[in-house]
Amino acid sequence: MKQSYFTVVENTPLTDTVVRMRLRGDTSAITRPGQFVNIRLEGRFLRRPISVCDVEGDVLTLIYKVVGGGTEQMRQMPVGTQLDLLTGLGNGYDLTEAGPNPLVIGGGVGVPPMYWLTKQLVAAGCKVTAVLGFNNGSEIFYVDEFRALGAEVIVATVDGSVGVKGFVTNALAGLDYSYFYTCGPEPMLKAVYRAAEGEGQLSFEKRMGCGFGACMGCSCRTITGNKRICKEGPVLRKEEIQWDD
Amino acid sequence: MGRLNVTLCGIELDNPVIPASGTFGYGHEFAEFYDINVLGSFSCKGTTLAPRFGNETPRIAEAPAGMINAVGLQNPGVDAVIAEELPRLAQCFHKPILANVSGFSMEEYAAVCQKLDSQPQVGWLEVNISCPNVHGGGMSFGTDPAQAAAVTRAVKAVTAKPVIMKLSPNVTDIVAVAKACEEAGADAISLINTLMAMRIDLKTRRPVLANTTGGLSGPAVFPVALRMVWQVARSISIPVVGLGGVSSAEDVIEMMLAGATAVEIGAANLVDPCICKRIIEELPEVMDRYGIDNLRDIIGGAN
Repeated sequence: MKQSYFTVVENTPLTDTVVRMRLRGDTSAITRPGQFVNIRLEGRFLRRPISVCDVEGDVLTLIYKVVGGGTEQMRQMPVGTQLDLLTGLGNGYDLTEAGPNPLVIGGGVGVPPMYWLTKQLVAAGCKVTAVLGFNNGSEIFYVDEFRALGAEVIVATVDGSVGVKGFVTNALAGLDYSYFYTCGPEPMLKAVYRAAEGEGQLSFEKRMGCGFGACMGCSCRTITGNKRICKEGPVLRKEEIQWDD
Repeated sequence: MGRLNVTLCGIELDNPVIPASGTFGYGHEFAEFYDINVLGSFSCKGTTLAPRFGNETPRIAEAPAGMINAVGLQNPGVDAVIAEELPRLAQCFHKPILANVSGFSMEEYAAVCQKLDSQPQVGWLEVNISCPNVHGGGMSFGTDPAQAAAVTRAVKAVTAKPVIMKLSPNVTDIVAVAKACEEAGADAISLINTLMAMRIDLKTRRPVLANTTGGLSGPAVFPVALRMVWQVARSISIPVVGLGGVSSAEDVIEMMLAGATAVEIGAANLVDPCICKRIIEELPEVMDRYGIDNLRDIIGGAN
């Protein structure tokens, strides 16, 4: 974990509500895909946790969805803005169990963290299949970028306007894979948990206070005891997950 | 003694800055950011007799200049704190701590305090009779002077360590509660715990917090906390530990002028993990600016 200042070097809309922000700074505390950063915004008390989409040298890429006042404030930020970030938060994905042909499944704003994960899996020699789910064609982003990494990409849209009609789970039938990694809204995680074969890791989202394990705001129960989503998570192994209902 | 030193119930502190319970875990998360031995002390996460998961989530909501929490005293229980957390803390913190204690009955408060009494790392027992986020315990002991006095007596009977009673601001007359604790033998008073608050999500039309209500903290509550510290400090003769929205070296000095012997820093740690270190570093310069030679000389200076 590290607290340091980053400078916004790009802030580009990808869709009507999804924005890519690139920042330059000390990325040394970010060690694994699936980790997140926590951003201090002028006039807002709590920081905003955003998952890491990519790290290249001292450039950090974040992709965020504008969902409220804080993320709207981020969308308005000009290049050159200085931001106070906590970096290297959360456990991130464990790549050692991926096997030869892992499957990555991302839904909506759960897609960005799968990008750096896919990049690292490909670099490790894996043959990666990526299932990316969106509500409709106008909300699709980063499909070409995943293909450029060398992944086989399957798109699913809820309205069927592009790719497989339905949820990401509608695209899983018949796929052969050694392990799975996923990130997305909780209903999607629950559906993937039930539909996906074999072992895997799922990344959760919860409303957080601090983001670094101090406040106990984001706790959850697991088979192996209570965990803080910000510290022992956000990535949990399939076998330890205990659904609340 | 240095310029920043203060004495709290006979124990000398290098400075009056103490991270508040529930915002500093058991210390080691912050030790990743800085050497926490620069602190005067710190107050550990509220500890109960049995392990508690706490409330359901969401437990956190944002507020103008602050936050609302309804964590609900999640903790591993006093036996695990003694067996696991205190030994781990010993590796990164070498000063006496405030062991923060919560309970749901007089017997539970006494049992937890008795177990912690034997721990050499514990300098003070800070007894929380003011948690707004649990039912049938916590704050109900802190809103009635007679109950507050009874908890104080129950705890004092089982420990030789100084007992600091932590009070709730959610009362009509906080001075009456403070006086009752003093008369029952409390060694100090800390205040304030959080102010009961809530938010509603406009999209779902439901409360944001799973617990419906929570406790407001952060800069928003500072003037309220300061007023209550001032009222209590001028009405009792035992020391007062001031807290509530403190976020700067200036706030620390203001709290001490209102009557605080030491000052706890809470919500600010959650958004700025190095804030206590920075406040300690900035205090001498701010003292110079206001002509203050030694912090211990200004305690209650506004009274």
